[in-house]
Amino acid sequence: MFNWLNQPATETQITHGQRLWLYIVAVVIMLLLVAPTLIVVPMSFSDSQYLEFPPKVWSLRWYEHYFGSSEWMLATWTSLKAAFLTMLVATPVGVLAAYGLHASNVRFVRVTFLFLITPMMVPLVLVAIGVFYVYVQLGILYTVGGLVLAHSILALPLVVIVIGSALKSYDMSQENAARSLGAPRWKAFLTITLPQIRFAVVTAALLAFLTSFDEVVVAMFISGGDNPTLTRNMFNALRDQIDPTIASISTIMICVTTFMMILAQLFGQQKKAQD
Amino acid sequence: MQAIRANETGLRVDEKLERLKLYGLSSPALLLILVILVIPVGWLFYVSFIGGDGQFSLENYQRMIKRSSYMRIFRTTFEVSVVTTALCIVIGYPLAYFLSQLPARLANLCMITVLLPFWTSLLVRTYAWLVLLQKKGLVNDWAIALGLWDEPIKMVHNMTGTLIGMVHIMLPFLILPVYGSMKAIDRDYMKAASNLGASPKRAFWDVFFPLTLPGLFAGTLMVFILCLGFFVTPAVLGGGKVIMVSMKIVSNIELFVSWGAASALGVVLLAMTFAILWVASRFLKLDQIAGGGH
Repeated sequence: MFNWLNQPATETQITHGQRLWLYIVAVVIMLLLVAPTLIVVPMSFSDSQYLEFPPKVWSLRWYEHYFGSSEWMLATWTSLKAAFLTMLVATPVGVLAAYGLHASNVRFVRVTFLFLITPMMVPLVLVAIGVFYVYVQLGILYTVGGLVLAHSILALPLVVIVIGSALKSYDMSQENAARSLGAPRWKAFLTITLPQIRFAVVTAALLAFLTSFDEVVVAMFISGGDNPTLTRNMFNALRDQIDPTIASISTIMICVTTFMMILAQLFGQQKKAQD
Repeated sequence: MQAIRANETGLRVDEKLERLKLYGLSSPALLLILVILVIPVGWLFYVSFIGGDGQFSLENYQRMIKRSSYMRIFRTTFEVSVVTTALCIVIGYPLAYFLSQLPARLANLCMITVLLPFWTSLLVRTYAWLVLLQKKGLVNDWAIALGLWDEPIKMVHNMTGTLIGMVHIMLPFLILPVYGSMKAIDRDYMKAASNLGASPKRAFWDVFFPLTLPGLFAGTLMVFILCLGFFVTPAVLGGGKVIMVSMKIVSNIELFVSWGAASALGVVLLAMTFAILWVASRFLKLDQIAGGGH
């Protein structure tokens, strides 16, 4: 152990002992990054009205409250529907755009790319109130379709970025080879290119799903009525008081996120194994 | 000869057409952004110049300059953004450095601590802080038990809570690009510096640190821009005491149904964002920043 402290840690011959402060600081920061979110999980199993850690009496009370409430169930269903449909819209549209830009190589590709990622730069509140007004005029306020369209533009930049960087490391001459052998471009894309960037496509799709599922500000304005989202209801509940039901919903959301992360990781590992 | 040349021109035209066709594949995406983003925001721009009497007027902007409450909101927004960004740099840079020095397997494991919050809903994270920082919350309980302070301190529904929550939410946006630029550095540079007689400190500041600047700039820019337009965390953790521009926009619509005032605020917020991006684009390629974030 003490031996390790005196060993050089980097190319500059600084020892582990001299950098002990860095290791301690880093571990503390990593704890602060994950602990606050994870601590909600045990708290959600508390029987008390006030969230305790560790819970004195364990119970599923808040989960029962969540699953028994038709309001929360409706919101959950809306959020899942919107997220799934957003994934179905944003992924193909984004893949097409990223591929088109990558392959066309025309002069205004860079400008177009910047335009495609503007939804990331524009403050969400602005998108929210702008879309709210337009949807009122069009009569599609509080519809799942309207929500999906709005969430799709928020997810598009992520899809375009993820697919774009995957295409950068992909060798387009493979597709050209297929085409010179007589395959039409769409066929060359579907059978040669797409299978090779499929990990990026899956990642992009998962990101699109989560973008919609987690989105609060836009949903606050344009979801509601028969179609309120989970995040909208959660935000409204948070404004009033600390409702322990939110802890149980948060736990479920953390599980969904972790599950998606593991999925993405698994796909990533598979890719590494293939390389 | 003539025929060949004609054929060549023909090919070039074909190729150009083909390229345009390929470019056309991006049209669904462009159309979507045009209809759902550009038109609504353009409409807000128009409304911001319409006065109470329905005529063209600058009153929405004049009100912003005249009323000190608006100025205070802009100042708060700016302060919160600057402090959050600074804290993210001070906390995030050492962690990114630590991660970049670890062996690959351990680094991937530790990276989860950055990616898990990055993927977790920001509403959930904000809620977690609300629970932890409240008067009867865990932080107060533990601090009192450890003797750090005697009375429960108010850490939420004020500036402290807002800053803690925002730093926590923004950190991954800083760490990821900085980590990326650190991983791209050839370790032989450090060896060379040390062989040439540089102390570890000197090698770090003169060789390593300058090479991480592009990543640091990209991360800083990302965090600052996101902070300027942030809504959820200050709205929940600020408890009405920290009012940022985006919150004022929402209350202008929800409470006062005052589209002109809200739009004008939005236009100024957007202009500030784009001005910062424009200045940054003189030093950095913006499309690379976007690539660096993920």
